[in-house]
Amino acid sequence: MNHLLTTEGLERSRIESYLDDAAAFGEVLRRPIPKVPALRGKTVATLFFEPSTRTRMSFEKAAKALSADTMSFSPDTSALHKGEGLKDTVLTIEAMGLDLMVVRHQATGAPWRVAEWASVPVVNGGDGCHQHPTQALLDCLTLRQRFGKLDGLRIAIVGDIRHSRVARSNIHAMTALGAEVTLVAPPTLLPLHTEGWPVTTTSDLDDALGELDAVYLLRVQAERGGASVFPSFAEYRRRFGMTRDRLRRLSPEAVVLHPGPMIRGIEIDAEVADDPRALVLDQVTNGVAVRMAVLYQLLGGDHVG
Amino acid sequence: MGPQDISRALRRIAHEIVERNRGLDRLIVLGIHTRGVPLAARLAKFLTEVEGTPVPHGSVDIAMYRDDLDTRPTTPLGRTEIPEPIEGHTVVLVDDVLYTGRTIRAALDALADLGRPGTVQLAVLVDRGHRELPIRADYVGRNLPTAPGQRVSVRLDETDGTEAVVIEGPARTAPIDTAEGGDEEATP
Repeated sequence: MNHLLTTEGLERSRIESYLDDAAAFGEVLRRPIPKVPALRGKTVATLFFEPSTRTRMSFEKAAKALSADTMSFSPDTSALHKGEGLKDTVLTIEAMGLDLMVVRHQATGAPWRVAEWASVPVVNGGDGCHQHPTQALLDCLTLRQRFGKLDGLRIAIVGDIRHSRVARSNIHAMTALGAEVTLVAPPTLLPLHTEGWPVTTTSDLDDALGELDAVYLLRVQAERGGASVFPSFAEYRRRFGMTRDRLRRLSPEAVVLHPGPMIRGIEIDAEVADDPRALVLDQVTNGVAVRMAVLYQLLGGDHVG
Repeated sequence: MGPQDISRALRRIAHEIVERNRGLDRLIVLGIHTRGVPLAARLAKFLTEVEGTPVPHGSVDIAMYRDDLDTRPTTPLGRTEIPEPIEGHTVVLVDDVLYTGRTIRAALDALADLGRPGTVQLAVLVDRGHRELPIRADYVGRNLPTAPGQRVSVRLDETDGTEAVVIEGPARTAPIDTAEGGDEEATP
């Protein structure tokens, strides 16, 4: 069974084949009728045990653009309130008949458990502070569109690395494609252990700024305790925020990415968020194309070529 | 077929297209991935030589329109590039080998999603027979009678670095209507 659970250990050729197919699906999405029949008759279920706007809607749009049907589960309106556990929830939904599950869960590793129980492909839509592979793929696609390739690109991931599944997925995907990744964060927002990660770390954003091709900003995840480890948001912005002034000191070709949701005035100034060099909306658009590629490949049997 | 045969066949098809359509007004040539794409580009060049007016050409990828995703692995998707809106135009689809007709069925579905052409015509370098759908070509470079177990391999400079049409596999021993099609060119 094919799953997409993590970018860790994903071969470069596999990542590139996702990105290549995503580029072709990007063309479909720009057509007057942005829909192809590739997954006609298939059902994709999104099981999101944690809130989400863009990821769930992006997967649903991707499934529908491939002519698949979609079902969705959210905990607020479910029998979870009656005490049903994860396994029974998954098996119940699967028994209704579906072909692929997208799972988001606040617990690290939950999609792996689901993949053990399920008899269909599982896509990790984000688990805890661990992995969010489709986000990394869409970020790599956005960078590849802008620069042609990621080889040799110098990318800084800035902010709440400790709580970020986006950072963890991107570190592996970006470096697999040949980029050099630097993590920039207050020591309290870096993971306790980064040994073995193919990255360098620093707490000085200004020092790294002039050399960068891309700055990847992360939101401080207050809901996971991220805001309790530095004195104030004002100080965070002063040292780690992408301010107008810092944008000016970036090289003219450099770009700014953010996975959303953005908190303007903390990690990114409003003027920066609205600057043409901020590719935030390109990332969202590419998200649909990348998820089409993932659904298409996982439901199409073993990938060749 | 050698390089000269391929070139002659395409030139003849170019003349037939001009004759049948009384010129090249509102005509677009679209190649089907993979080998239809360079053939379409060449055909457009010959058409321009015949009539002296430029002919737009592009490509259609039909992998997203296959009806057998369950049974065959996905292959890398190609680009669909339409040089101008096909609305009301005469579209000449170009492919290397016409076999079961399923590729063309998928290409017609793809075209329908891209617009509403006035007319669709089909040009193929080789027609090897064994249709499974009611589809025929308007322009044929060469009719090659084959057995179902055989493969017709078209090689072009642009994709393969060599020019030839070769029939591979056992000679015509199998009865025509028993064996299942195993050809990689023509099964979408």
